[in-house]
Amino acid sequence: MAGEKPHSPRAEAFRRLRRNKTAVAGLAIIVLFLAMALFAPSLAPHDPLEQSLYAKLKPPVWQRGGSWTHVLGTDDFGRDLLSRLIYGARISMVVGVVSVSIALFFGTLAGSTAGFYGGLLDNAVMRLMDLLLAFPSILLAIVIVAFLGPSLQNAMIAIGVVSIPRYARLVRGSVLEEYAKDYVQAARALGASDARLIFVHILPNCLAPLIVQTTLGFASAILEAAALSFLGLGAQPPTPEWGAMLANGRALILRAWWAVTFPGLMILFSVLGFNLLGDGLRDALDPRLRE
Amino acid sequence: MVSFILRRVLTLIPTVFGISVLVFFMIHLVPGDPAEMMLGERASEQALQELRRELGLDQPLHIQYGRFMSRLLRGDLGRALRTNEKITTEIAERFPATVELSLAAMAFAVTFGMFAGVISATRQYSVFDYSSMLFSLVGVSMPIFWLGLILMIIFSLHLGWLPLSGRLSYNVHIQAITGLHLIDSLLTANWQGFRDALWHIVMPAFTLSTIPMAIIARITRSSMLEVLRQDYIRTAKAKGLPPRLVHYKHALKNALIPIITVIGLQFGILLGGAILTETIFAWPGIGLWLLNAVYARDFNAVQGGTMLIATTFVTINMIVDILYAWINPRIKVS
Repeated sequence: MAGEKPHSPRAEAFRRLRRNKTAVAGLAIIVLFLAMALFAPSLAPHDPLEQSLYAKLKPPVWQRGGSWTHVLGTDDFGRDLLSRLIYGARISMVVGVVSVSIALFFGTLAGSTAGFYGGLLDNAVMRLMDLLLAFPSILLAIVIVAFLGPSLQNAMIAIGVVSIPRYARLVRGSVLEEYAKDYVQAARALGASDARLIFVHILPNCLAPLIVQTTLGFASAILEAAALSFLGLGAQPPTPEWGAMLANGRALILRAWWAVTFPGLMILFSVLGFNLLGDGLRDALDPRLRE
Repeated sequence: MVSFILRRVLTLIPTVFGISVLVFFMIHLVPGDPAEMMLGERASEQALQELRRELGLDQPLHIQYGRFMSRLLRGDLGRALRTNEKITTEIAERFPATVELSLAAMAFAVTFGMFAGVISATRQYSVFDYSSMLFSLVGVSMPIFWLGLILMIIFSLHLGWLPLSGRLSYNVHIQAITGLHLIDSLLTANWQGFRDALWHIVMPAFTLSTIPMAIIARITRSSMLEVLRQDYIRTAKAKGLPPRLVHYKHALKNALIPIITVIGLQFGILLGGAILTETIFAWPGIGLWLLNAVYARDFNAVQGGTMLIATTFVTINMIVDILYAWINPRIKVS
């Protein structure tokens, strides 16, 4: 490509990302859900909690008995399904942000100190991480919530804690790799403190795999939170959370297919969006990992 | 090989020890008094005292842990609050159901996953390739508890082909030998029982298989693609061997190692998925049992169940490691 300016690594990665159709599709889906979450009050035609005795179990508009008042129908309390689905986006996005932040913060802290200081500290921290990995993650999350008590807040904590090891291992590996490099030793020779070395010099250079993991982490957080709520261990009724809505729809399975189908589709598409973007980011940020 | 197996088995000891410490401390996550949480607010002070004594909560921490460990080592997990049965007995009764479900799910996942992966790789960029890769992406993003419900709506409620839930019809009896209904009914030539058990297991097993199936399909495709590019494949084709022979005999065999690793890893993950699947299909396994213990706030049973599932999980992972080293001797070095 003659005449083109040389790209910075960041611009190069961005260019690769834009060309990657799966990533763009994933990003589009995520933006859609984010918009839904942000503008829920203006988008939703009804109050998600408003009950109506006269509008119980109305089918979607295209079925006999459906009407434009309730486009996707209503549940057994006469609540508008579409409005609840839209508000559900808020909860799932918050769940994603909170639990990923917990995992990211503690995982990065544990992984970077373990990798940086090595020795006994490294050993102790990583054995603890291995221990957390000795449980199937959904089981550990269920058990943590079982003891803390069922609520959305505790579900977010449980999901966050369960995924700490993924981040810790990743960060530790990257830190070990970067630490050996000359620029770190140069900074050290100039008298940089440990904290400065870790946060200013090393971590920014470990960002690529961390960004990928964070994106994929959103996907699994949303999925796991929905599972916990479905089991009655996360968001409690009448919260319009997709998993909790599914749990309610399960009792209506004979009478109202829509109350089961649509909340599941929302979970599926939001998780798919983050998985697509994560895959695309992996290709764009780290060409070595391309299949 | 023997020393590798020994070393790997020995690493299990600190892991299981660690699990026990973690499981032990879990009861202290309970905000407030666990005994009151278990029995409810209106329980009499006497009943509370009794339960505290039984759980050892009236003792100092190190004595509590000592008691917990010594009971654990004797294989005693205490009694379930709801039934007053031994927890080990209850779990042993339900274990075969979970094993059967996981094995059936794995059979689905391996068969369809590998098939889709091989076809995708041999016809790269074809319609089949694109659609199977799309399916596998959807597969890993799918809430399996939702898929289970959708399958129920379609195959039980609308078409009426498959039973809605459970493991066996109430009027069907299968003599227990291994505890796995499908195998026991075959061994006793109980065809009606076999049919009934098979009809019951299809939907839950398929539901549980989706995520591993998707992952196996992806890894099979990429591993096959790598092998198919190699010279000896071109040589085999140039010799005029039929493509099917080249694909399945020459290529697949050499593409197997990463596939087997992934299959092994998925086995443990099935245990987690089984909790959700068993709940939806009322499948009487340990997942459903554990969840019911959670709902009943039977902390003792939750601890016991968690201990057992986690130990099974790490044991399966260990067996996979050993099998892997046996198939691929290079791994032992690292």
